[in-house]
Amino acid sequence: MARLRRRRPDERIEETPAPELAPRTRLIDPVEIPQGDPLESVLLTAGGPVEMASLEAESDTITHLQAAGVELVVPLIGQGELLGALYLGTRLSDQPYSSDDRRLLGSLASQVAPAMKVAQLVREQQAEAKERERIEQELKVAALIQQTLLPKELPAIAGWGVDAFYRPARAVGGDFYDFIELSEGRLGVVIGDVTDKGVPAALVMATCRSMLRGAAQANKTPAAVLAEVNDNLVPQIPPGMFVTCLYAIVDTAAGNVVFANAGHNLPYVRTSDGVVELRATGMPLGLMSQMDYEEKTYRLEHGDVMVLTSDGITEAHNADGEMYGFGRLIGQVAKKTKNDDLVASLVGDLEKWSGPGAEQEDDITLVVVRRTASAEKSASAFAERADVERLVSFRLPSVEGNERLAIDTVVEAVAPLGLSPSRLERLKTAVGETVMNAIEHGNQNDPAIDVGVEVSTSASFLTVRVTDQGGDTEIPDAETPDIEAKIAGEQTPRGWGLFLVSQMVDEVRRSTDNGTHVVELVINRQGES
Amino acid sequence: MLGNELTARVVRKDSGAVIALSGTVDKNAKDPMENAYEEASGGNGELILDFNEVDYINSSGIAVLVGILAMARAEGQEVGAIGLTDHYREVFRITRLSDFMQIYEKAPS
Repeated sequence: MARLRRRRPDERIEETPAPELAPRTRLIDPVEIPQGDPLESVLLTAGGPVEMASLEAESDTITHLQAAGVELVVPLIGQGELLGALYLGTRLSDQPYSSDDRRLLGSLASQVAPAMKVAQLVREQQAEAKERERIEQELKVAALIQQTLLPKELPAIAGWGVDAFYRPARAVGGDFYDFIELSEGRLGVVIGDVTDKGVPAALVMATCRSMLRGAAQANKTPAAVLAEVNDNLVPQIPPGMFVTCLYAIVDTAAGNVVFANAGHNLPYVRTSDGVVELRATGMPLGLMSQMDYEEKTYRLEHGDVMVLTSDGITEAHNADGEMYGFGRLIGQVAKKTKNDDLVASLVGDLEKWSGPGAEQEDDITLVVVRRTASAEKSASAFAERADVERLVSFRLPSVEGNERLAIDTVVEAVAPLGLSPSRLERLKTAVGETVMNAIEHGNQNDPAIDVGVEVSTSASFLTVRVTDQGGDTEIPDAETPDIEAKIAGEQTPRGWGLFLVSQMVDEVRRSTDNGTHVVELVINRQGES
Repeated sequence: MLGNELTARVVRKDSGAVIALSGTVDKNAKDPMENAYEEASGGNGELILDFNEVDYINSSGIAVLVGILAMARAEGQEVGAIGLTDHYREVFRITRLSDFMQIYEKAPS
């Protein structure tokens, strides 16, 4: 008999099963009133039901409705907008519509219209929410691909310190880095950036990464690796996308770095004479096949530091719209901070420069390779005493529960030391509490910010170093909790973490460096109990 | 990786009740522990927390236990614990939880 029809141009028709109809009743097929149709203005101005027979056949819509036997059209108008219309055929009694009928229909329409408007708005909002959810989901998938494929651990090589940092932008760009162990003490180092963001970029990154690994493990030179990956990538990469990438092979015995560059940001080396750019030319990967890549060699002296970056750093903007730029980056690389932790000082400087609460526009990736000053055996900036050996170094996203992962990794790393079961249990509790604090308080449960954990040992001490980015928040000293007051309900039952940690290890050291908050848990190995 | 979510099952005994815990005692343990306490408390005798199947207790879990002890104190309910590893017995001693609950080596007869 009657149907409501008014469709927005972008709305889909939902098919509803035809209801059971009384005899002699038939449905009029939905007829849309196109915008600008003469019928639209008639309905908007009529102020009540419109008799089709009274209209001239000015448009196909009118002709069609008349032919379909529509006698009366009742406009549904809300806020001056035609939201829909009721089409009525002949009355079942074959009587003409009375003025009472029309009044009834008119008042019905005035009540239905606002409800229609609300329903439309609700539907639009639901569609928007769904779309937002889909985008969020996609970002999660992209982040997951990215996080899964980045190295879980940093290579530990005597005489070298390797550090890396990766922080995805909200929209997850296509940054990646990789370390590939090669024969004869050589280490392959990759940094790259896929144009585009989200899942497509993550998938190209995954493909590119495995191609790079394959070519690198076949012991090819950097230029040959990039040329091969380029040729393999060209037929597979979606149009308009490409990958910038730098591949370097570090000969950890001799200190030579052989590198080739497919259009990526230049690496910098801080030497005793200042900062040097490592230049090698080459086209980005995936644009054109049969490209040649220039290959260069640079010798890292003891104490030299090589820094590989992504453009998420140099192209970061501050509130005034200025770019961070290469000049600032070089200036920061040139500076030797107290611990010479370049990752911390670069990220700290970038954050200070961007200002608080600035949204990160692109992924930020940093890889630092340093050749330690002569006679130093190890690795990290922190573990630079001659007898100190780094057992493991890793980063974890600040997600509740990851402290258990940290515990397991530390336990595995210290296994060769043969700690007594009770010391090991205490260490587990101390590491768990400290990492949980770093996740919750230091990094405010932000999965984009990592907690760093580094375990090192000497003959005298075992040290677990936990870092977070909550450097500005003051951490109170561990006080002995007043359990009586807590049980009496006079104090919060919480507040056990710091106290517990202080009781589990021989020493707890805290420090802040450039926004990075550091907790070192020290166990005296001589005092083995 | 999250801990194993805690389950707390109440077993009634003539001499009291046992809450058999299984999983991780962390901040997520609050609801299951409190629900089990509500269910088990108020009867005759001591209420025993059985930690045999607990794999990890952290400071947030200790706060949950303190909360339970506070409820017990208010109601005059005795609370005990069994099945703690040596390490957690030490933690209970250091935090003085063991001053407010009887720690048993074995199930009290």
